[in-house]
Amino acid sequence: MDIKILITWLIPLFPLSGWLLWGLFGKYFKGLSGYIASGFVGVSFILSVVLFFIVAYSHGFTDTLYPWVHAGIFKAGVSAVIDRLSVVMLVMVTGVSTLVHIYSIGYMEGEKGFSRYFSFLNLFVFSMIMLVISNNLLLLYVFWEAVGFCSYVLIGFWYEKKSASDAGKKAFIVNRIGDFGFAAGIFLLFATTKTLNYETVFTFIPSMPVYTTTAIALLLFAGAVGKSAQFPLHVWLPDAMEGPTPVSALIHAATMVTAGVYMIARFHIIFSYSPAASEVVLAVGTFTAFFAAFIALTQFDIKRIIAYSTISQLGYMFMAVGIGSYTAGIFHLISHAVFKGLLFLTAGSVMHGLSGELDLRKMGGLYSKMKTTAVTFIVGGLALSGIPPFSGFFSKDAILADIYNKGFYFAWAIGEITALMTAFYIFRLIFLAFFSESKLDPAKHVHESSKIMTVPMIILASLAVIIGFLGMPPFNESLFYGFLHTDFKNAAVFAPAVNNVPWYILSLISVLMGLSGIYAAYILYIKKTVSPEKIKSIFKPLYALSYNKVYIDEIYNFLIVKPMLVFFDFLWRVVDIKIIDGAVNGTASAFSFFSVKARKIQNGMLMSYILTLSIGAVALLFYYFIR
Amino acid sequence: MDFFIKHLLSVLIFFPAASIFLLLPINKKNQGVLRNLSTFLSLVELIFSFYLFVYFKQDTYKFQFVEKSSWIPSFGASYFLGIDGVSLFLILLTTLLTFISLLSSYRYIKEHVKEFVILMLLLETFMIGTFASLDVLLFYLFWEFMLIPMYFIIGMWGTGKRVYSAVKFVLYTLSGSLIMLFGLIYIFIMHYNQTGNFTFNILRLYNTNIPSGLQLILFIALFLGFAIKIPLFPFHTWLPDAHTEAPTAGSVILAGVLLKFGVYGFFRFAIPLLPEAAFTLAPFVIILGVIGILYGAFVSIVQKDLKRLVAFSSVSHMGFIMLGLFAMSVISINGAVLQLLNHGIATGALFLFVGMLYERMHTRQIKDFGGIAKKAPVFTALFMISVLASVGLPGLNGFIGEFLILIGSFHSYPVLTVIATSGIIFAAVYLLWMFQRVMFQGVTNPAAENFEDMNLREIITVLPLIILMFLIGFYPMPFLERIDPTVLHFVSMLNHHNIVYNVIKLKTGLSNA
Repeated sequence: MDIKILITWLIPLFPLSGWLLWGLFGKYFKGLSGYIASGFVGVSFILSVVLFFIVAYSHGFTDTLYPWVHAGIFKAGVSAVIDRLSVVMLVMVTGVSTLVHIYSIGYMEGEKGFSRYFSFLNLFVFSMIMLVISNNLLLLYVFWEAVGFCSYVLIGFWYEKKSASDAGKKAFIVNRIGDFGFAAGIFLLFATTKTLNYETVFTFIPSMPVYTTTAIALLLFAGAVGKSAQFPLHVWLPDAMEGPTPVSALIHAATMVTAGVYMIARFHIIFSYSPAASEVVLAVGTFTAFFAAFIALTQFDIKRIIAYSTISQLGYMFMAVGIGSYTAGIFHLISHAVFKGLLFLTAGSVMHGLSGELDLRKMGGLYSKMKTTAVTFIVGGLALSGIPPFSGFFSKDAILADIYNKGFYFAWAIGEITALMTAFYIFRLIFLAFFSESKLDPAKHVHESSKIMTVPMIILASLAVIIGFLGMPPFNESLFYGFLHTDFKNAAVFAPAVNNVPWYILSLISVLMGLSGIYAAYILYIKKTVSPEKIKSIFKPLYALSYNKVYIDEIYNFLIVKPMLVFFDFLWRVVDIKIIDGAVNGTASAFSFFSVKARKIQNGMLMSYILTLSIGAVALLFYYFIR
Repeated sequence: MDFFIKHLLSVLIFFPAASIFLLLPINKKNQGVLRNLSTFLSLVELIFSFYLFVYFKQDTYKFQFVEKSSWIPSFGASYFLGIDGVSLFLILLTTLLTFISLLSSYRYIKEHVKEFVILMLLLETFMIGTFASLDVLLFYLFWEFMLIPMYFIIGMWGTGKRVYSAVKFVLYTLSGSLIMLFGLIYIFIMHYNQTGNFTFNILRLYNTNIPSGLQLILFIALFLGFAIKIPLFPFHTWLPDAHTEAPTAGSVILAGVLLKFGVYGFFRFAIPLLPEAAFTLAPFVIILGVIGILYGAFVSIVQKDLKRLVAFSSVSHMGFIMLGLFAMSVISINGAVLQLLNHGIATGALFLFVGMLYERMHTRQIKDFGGIAKKAPVFTALFMISVLASVGLPGLNGFIGEFLILIGSFHSYPVLTVIATSGIIFAAVYLLWMFQRVMFQGVTNPAAENFEDMNLREIITVLPLIILMFLIGFYPMPFLERIDPTVLHFVSMLNHHNIVYNVIKLKTGLSNA
């Protein structure tokens, strides 16, 4: 076998075997499982880097491991596509996974389900790797749902808590709503092209009627809306914070939730040939970016703030792929994976130090007590706010610059306002947690986390400083752009550039937005020249709207969940029992043997009944013969 | 050996019945011996059935292991057996589930053990006979005889309103079967009128020429017999009652095998005998199937009794299978046949787990459970896998079948298929919600405090099903390779002499040529 093909399949094999090992024999490994699991994912990471350079210096390839489902003309194999897009994703996924695994050894120390945790974490990494390298839509769909399943079990890791098991279930069901659309999209695609293989599908797209392409693209996008927590299916992600924090970092920030963006980039041919669908992607992305940032402004739970921030940042990525700037979208995906993974890990470190406290109102002054955590958190916050030279600056501005230059001014304006809100909410968090006067319970012993947790944080923080330079402006001439753009060259150009405003002017605006957000947070929470309470009372309805998450959960509950349950109960108690079964029993009583037999029947009587029946059948036959 | 392979079907049919003679001399009180011996005999039967799989030639649609000898020559009834890719797996499913049911009953069945194991083996004979018969009369006899052991299993070892449920089950299915019998005999007579030969050979009866109008009437007659068995909405109300009151073994066999006979009947009899009517009425059947998918799922969501929940989920799952079968595309029928197995595997497993819960806690009410995951990790893991298989999680068996059904049906029935697809959302709702309330959260019922994890016998009982879930999920080819030729032939046979063919001719102008 060719060495590169061997490497390709070894990458998912390591975490897969990890899952089996800890799942079946976890109790014999005890604490060791964490180290070996991290080692396995680490090996996958090294192999991914090797594969990255193989692809970078030669070219991409595809390979089929074995034929999987063949029925009639339907054929799908377990097959991989290794091109620049997949190796970039592979390196990111396995890299962040390795760090999160190592961090988890410290974070989950002493947990009862330690092996179970690493077993599912390994399974997740396996599924995510397969999702990224799948070469047909059936395989993609399989791992698309598989990562959702891992998310389900890991969110509900502390299943004895009702809120945790509720959150896991909610995540699974909401994702399935999106997947329903995704599946329908696959059906339509297959009905049109008779294949699910990427390359073959793509050859059909340019000649396909545009309304078919649009329908397919929108249905596939429904899956992305669910998986990447975009409005209106975003409701599961904040609740998903019930899971262990490293899980939030890996699954609900860096990898799984970005699968929707990856999917659109992977299917850029389909989306770029449907301007209408791309416009929907842009609209949903823009709205979600703004909407989630708006909610994040007033929350007090640090994990939920970061969760809403993730939803908002994913919105930016969808804005990018919605205008055909696939490279910019993937660049923000990578840079976001680093700084958002960092933010979650540092938030986890805060929680760890405060024995599980999440409420901002009970923090304050943590800077002096946990310096490493504080500094790395601030690095993450600056990256998120888009302050140069941190990675978020390069990646977010690449998107906003493209949006402006392609003439989507409204989306650009919303993006800039969102950037301001983003800087505000993350620095509100930073100031309240690390700087303002301490509101901690004095009885609590606050401590900095152990090395095994801080080292991954420091690595991510360093990356958040360095990685942005891969996208050194001018954006469309950067190293990253040059590397990845070749994969997207076949996309139709549906949104050509209409302006040519230089990057530094646009970036200046964004940076000013970010700085004013930070300054606003500074005035409110450090200098206190203006009291937050005063602002709150001025914008009372808006504050309530933001604080209550725009009442989305309540609306869903009232308009969908409750009426449905009432209707289902009616179906059962009235339609099924009274009407349908009533008709059956009624018919039987009309023949007047049912009710009698039900009361008096003896086993022997049934025998004689069946015997009579058989005799009757034979007699019937005889009748025809004689006739 | 050669003789054994040649008469393998007869061996499989009559070995369980014959083995009863080994059990008869054993004293009633020797329950352990009775249990072990009957389980062992069903294991031997299971091993015999593996030979079917091994010696089955996968690249042909022709019937295999054919045995034919005259039986009642004056009626044209013969002892005619044979299997194709569809009945092959249904027989394997039967032998596997019978073994599993016997193994699962060690704790559940405490009284009349001797009668119970004898009835189970007798049932196995009748079930395999039904699947292997290619003679209509033989088929019908086995078909009706099946009801007798099942009636006693529900009526004697059931719970609650068991006699009511048993009688309802028998009378409901019997009345359907009776109408079906009239239909079959009518076709038999027509064939005689056309050819002057009496024959119950189904392959010959396929060639009977039946006018379109009459086909519709006959199809409805056959439809009633089979639809009740499946059960197709709205003929399903016997199922929740029968399932809920039946003992675990009864539920496993009922869901795992008996429901399959309805679909098998459509596949082997109703559709090929009456292809025109089948095509004409296909949209109506599919509509009933799709209603069943959603209705079953909706009603499952609000169930309070675990077994009733699983029973209604069967209505939903069988709806998918009917959609796949009547969409009449090669892909969707492949999926439907695979889904027959998948439903037997996953739902069979679910009933086993519900049975274990009942044995430990003596309740089936969902609200009485909670917090079991902490007490019994092995039980939790295996139960979860079975639930997920039923949810149709990719990587497990249910997904492959559902996906093939839906993607194969989409071409002809896009709207109905999309409606059916929404069933995957509701399946997640009722199963995961149930799982959460039963397994997760805190312990509320003191009886759950001492919940024992699965013992070795119980693990062995469910392990074959768990392995199959993963095998079919990751590598379904050994199954699809054997099903595909049969399905391909089935569809081409239909297209050969049905109106769709004529429509195509009309459209392409060939009819004038």
